[in-house]
Amino acid sequence: MVANLTCKRGTSHLKNKTEDNKTYSNIVTTSAVSTATFEAQSLECIRDDRVLFDDLCFTINPGEALVLEGRNGSGKTSLLRIICGIRLPESGKVLWEGTDIFHLGPEFHEHTAYLGHKDGSKQDLTPLENLRVAQGLGKARDGITLEEALEQVGLFGFEDVPTRNLSAGQQRRLAIARLLVTDAKLWILDEPFTSLDRKGIEQMERLFEEHLKRGGMAAMTTHHRIGFKEEVKLVRINLSDR
Amino acid sequence: MSTLSLTSAFTLLLKRDMTLAYRRRSELVNPLLFFVLVTAMFPLGIGNDPKLIEAVGPGVIWVAALLAALLSLDAMFRSDFEDGSLEQFMLSAHPVSILVLAKILAHWLVTGLPLFIAAPLLAVLLNIPGDAIPTLMLTLILGTPVLSLIGSVGVALTVGLRRGGVILSLLVLPLYVPVLIFATDAVKTAIVGIPTTAQLSILSAMLVGSLVLAPLATAASLRISLS
Repeated sequence: MVANLTCKRGTSHLKNKTEDNKTYSNIVTTSAVSTATFEAQSLECIRDDRVLFDDLCFTINPGEALVLEGRNGSGKTSLLRIICGIRLPESGKVLWEGTDIFHLGPEFHEHTAYLGHKDGSKQDLTPLENLRVAQGLGKARDGITLEEALEQVGLFGFEDVPTRNLSAGQQRRLAIARLLVTDAKLWILDEPFTSLDRKGIEQMERLFEEHLKRGGMAAMTTHHRIGFKEEVKLVRINLSDR
Repeated sequence: MSTLSLTSAFTLLLKRDMTLAYRRRSELVNPLLFFVLVTAMFPLGIGNDPKLIEAVGPGVIWVAALLAALLSLDAMFRSDFEDGSLEQFMLSAHPVSILVLAKILAHWLVTGLPLFIAAPLLAVLLNIPGDAIPTLMLTLILGTPVLSLIGSVGVALTVGLRRGGVILSLLVLPLYVPVLIFATDAVKTAIVGIPTTAQLSILSAMLVGSLVLAPLATAASLRISLS
């Protein structure tokens, strides 16, 4: 699904419409299982005096994934950093269940997991120790042990090997395992498939699919064509075409 | 977030940093070695005048401790910044200031505490009378945490820069000066035999103040450095 996601600021007609949408979503969410909804309102990002994007709006609902596309340097990573709260947008805001994430702080972050360019794993620790820290930093997910998470990303048997001895692809898998051990609803993934082999990519796609089926959400950038087996609602935004 | 999981996150992070420090032992010895070498070299450079050595002793020990702390500061957040762990801390479900406090405590345990333990030996070397050594130890146990705490703000501000070393010293050293003044003055007063309650109280106040404020400032600085 390709959506035209530009909104005009200050247009009263559209403003009314978004308000309508909000009341509508409130009605839905009271009856639905999950109430989490993620919304970006007219985001603008300026970097080195260049406007990377402006007036960017989108929503992500449970079970949906946002896929960002665009040339190198089109602002994909900047957008992801904005929506996870590391970077502040020039204007506009990011809402989690209707509240600005800037005001929510850690309350928002317990629902998110971020996988950036850098894996965020310590080279001197073992995969198991790295996962333990990752789990402690977030809200631990019930029903999965650290060993099971490692097994799901294909690192079974590497629990006690120092992370520096793992290959680049294996280190990426470890970073993905981090997503599995916390109770995060929104996964923010920056090129999650880097240095993974073909089978690894397929495995990871299955994990993402399962996450979405559980009612999770995802926002990701990737140059790889995602091949979800089942019907998953993808919202695509191309930052170069805007 | 419940207090229980916050405490466990604190101890988890402390344990993580201690494990990392243990696995990189060679880097760990660096500040201590610097501290011991500088203080050991001073009497050799000054010559064999016991009165003179006694007079400069407290100052030498404290200046060496201060520079040793400065030497090790940059390591506090550098590797976490480079491998992306810092981003994960900022996106944690716990307040960043508490996590930062765990890291500062770990930094003090591996750099400040060894100085404290080595100090009595060096005090003897510098001809500081035995009566003043407890005061020296007290100033170190109160003062070195302040060095780590104030330093963490400076490191957090400069961690995003490629060559932050010079700016870090310029930022942090002026803030270290009050600690240096009151700590050395306390030891000198103790050598003369006058009560040192005033200086020690001020040092304690500095510790309490920086313990409360520095983690908040560091968390905010890290946010600036990362965005």
